[in-house]
Amino acid sequence: MALSKDVKKTLFGPILDNNPIALQILGVCSALAVTSSLDKTLVMCIALTFVTAMSNLFISLIRNHIPSSVRIIVQMTIIASLVIVVDQLLQAFAYSIAQELSVFVGLIITNCIVMGRAEAFAMKEKPGLSFLDGIGNGLGYSAVLLCVGFIRELFGSGSLFGYQIMQLATEGGWFTPVGLLVMPPSAFFIIGGLIWGLRTLRPEQVEAKES
Amino acid sequence: MASNKETVGKTFTVVIILCLVCSIIVSGSAVLLKPRQQANAAEAKQLNIMETAGIDTAGKAIPELFAQRVKPLGYNLDSQEVTTFDSLVALEQATSDSAMMRVSPTGQVAGVRDLHSLVPVYQIMDEQGATDAYVLELRGAGLWGMMYAFLAVEPNGQDIRGIYFYDHSETPGLGGEIQNPRWTARFEGKPAVDANGNVAIAVKKGANEAQGEVDALSGATITSNGVNHTLQYWLSTNAYGGFLAQLSKGGAN
Repeated sequence: MALSKDVKKTLFGPILDNNPIALQILGVCSALAVTSSLDKTLVMCIALTFVTAMSNLFISLIRNHIPSSVRIIVQMTIIASLVIVVDQLLQAFAYSIAQELSVFVGLIITNCIVMGRAEAFAMKEKPGLSFLDGIGNGLGYSAVLLCVGFIRELFGSGSLFGYQIMQLATEGGWFTPVGLLVMPPSAFFIIGGLIWGLRTLRPEQVEAKES
Repeated sequence: MASNKETVGKTFTVVIILCLVCSIIVSGSAVLLKPRQQANAAEAKQLNIMETAGIDTAGKAIPELFAQRVKPLGYNLDSQEVTTFDSLVALEQATSDSAMMRVSPTGQVAGVRDLHSLVPVYQIMDEQGATDAYVLELRGAGLWGMMYAFLAVEPNGQDIRGIYFYDHSETPGLGGEIQNPRWTARFEGKPAVDANGNVAIAVKKGANEAQGEVDALSGATITSNGVNHTLQYWLSTNAYGGFLAQLSKGGAN
């Protein structure tokens, strides 16, 4: 089954060409908060991808019935309901991780990626394509977050997914963890570095200078 | 269809239907998943209590093991009486039903805002049914929020068996190190209170470990102070101190 060009672009475009974090600079706040360890990052990525995809799908399904005067509220209602469902599911099936993520799952409601895709894409396009756009943007978000989480956990705590890779100096090993990386602001530096790298590879993403 | 969607009537219809559908989905998921979530929360608490006391829980069914090895008790701060409860649920209910008390100044320093007169104690049994340890429930303010801990003391009511901060919001890698087993191991075997009932344990910078003090965490001064204040309050006679004194006299029933 060959994917049509449209589908491919919608699904995979947001990973490199139109990354929600690196190009659109959306949803950075949660990227700071949940990336100190990879398992938390992964759960957050799955939750956000699910919410973006499903909210895009539902909003697109009823897009012809949403009065424009209340469209933002309608979108928020759908997104908020989905986030609550995700939070309930996490508490039921991944209790310990849900405890650690706690408030950040709830904050998906205010994640600009979800709102942004609902407003910019799902309000205009067909349900199937909107769903794929949600998945694609979720993947773009996940790609950046997992990179950041990988760097922060490996060099900040010497472990990956909680498994010790490099023996810490405090526990008799050789590796002295980088204290800065366990603090949320370090994600800013890493995301900044990623954006720089991406724009060096793809100069067309560089914004035009304001005159 | 799209031509008349901007009328007031249509707006109300869409919003009301949407709200109804969403509320059904939300309340449905909350109600359906509630038993599972409560079981998770209860199991996590039981696991934490037993791990603090050093019971090997690997590969065992937590609720069964808990019923077998742990006896929930309530200690009344007013009357200094100890009551036995059938289950964790009964103890929690009785605790929240008990009268509110004034928090002493040291408790306020520790960040304890409201206090019920009945505080939980978990009596841990060994496999033969003899008392193995007592687990107390502590809480106090850290840097970002409340820190919740279980503290296990030996049956003599003086020495610390273990401490575990099961819920906190301290900075990972700095204050979050209060969960690090290498740090909490420093509490083990140290006296919680001395023979006169004064609090003996302390967390401070440049601590004298030989005198029963624990060194503060570097880079986490406020968290360490919070842990210190928490211990100073909960082990004092304003809180669990009376219970510990009963234990050291051998008079706990």
